[in-house]
Amino acid sequence: MENYQARVLVRLKNGILDPGGKAIAHALDSLDFSEIDDVKTGKIIEFSIKSKNESEASARIERACEQLLANTVIEEYSFDISRIEAD
Amino acid sequence: MKKIGVVVFPGSNCDHDLYYVIKHELKKDVEFVWHKESNLADYAAVFLPGGFSYGDYLRGGAIARFSPVMNEVIRFANSGKPVMGICNGFQVLCEAGLLPGALLKNDTLEFVCQHVNVRVTSPDSIFTRACKDGQVLNVPIAHGEGNYFANTEQLHELEEHDQIVFQYATVEGQVSPDANPNGSRLNVAGICNKNRNVLGMMPHPERAASPLLESMDGRVIFESLLAC
Repeated sequence: MENYQARVLVRLKNGILDPGGKAIAHALDSLDFSEIDDVKTGKIIEFSIKSKNESEASARIERACEQLLANTVIEEYSFDISRIEAD
Repeated sequence: MKKIGVVVFPGSNCDHDLYYVIKHELKKDVEFVWHKESNLADYAAVFLPGGFSYGDYLRGGAIARFSPVMNEVIRFANSGKPVMGICNGFQVLCEAGLLPGALLKNDTLEFVCQHVNVRVTSPDSIFTRACKDGQVLNVPIAHGEGNYFANTEQLHELEEHDQIVFQYATVEGQVSPDANPNGSRLNVAGICNKNRNVLGMMPHPERAASPLLESMDGRVIFESLLAC
């Protein structure tokens, strides 16, 4: 078994109002960052996962995203994984 | 009538309000159902109460949806028995796929806690059968994530099948943007499934069903459901 580190990014789908992003954009604007626009918020979920290989780990992570980590009615997800080398 | 079940998740906090109303106001047999329970055979109807189940980590209702009792609640609902989710309970029902759509953060970004007027848009359900068509109920809301979202296709389907049961409205019953406290699409405050036996609503009728409180308008929902 290999050990992998995963980082899942969950964010609202395009076109779904992100009031948190909007509030941050307003605050940035008032701090004179008027060149910043289209602020979106999201969440990062990190974990380690044991698996035979990378493709199997990816398939399991995808399943976890679909089942629990993201609500695909309103959210989209992406993730990356990297192998953790044994000491 | 068999007993009424009020599910208790870790973090539920409106379970006692529901229990009180059903037992002391409606004089019906009621029991708490712990979230680890896996048998609902003794119950005629099941309530999912408001609160912050599992701390609302990840998303409201997302973790409660995988509580052991939820497999049984899904079976119970699919067999046509009444299931009603209030506030956090509505979120759990959406996460479980028993109701379409999802509840987003309020568009104001604020937790909103106030009395609102909701119009009974569909009296054609076991939850609203004692209401008049278009009746306006004064009931409280208390939520940070009550902004109902469904895509345009789903909204059409809800309208087509008369599944929009409650809408935020003015005191005269007009569904207008001004009466919308959280940004919900079509001012949706509560919907039912196609079979009309599962209802989810953000307002708290259990907090408006006792003469001690500001409004008694929520009582008609319990009278509708528990009449027999």
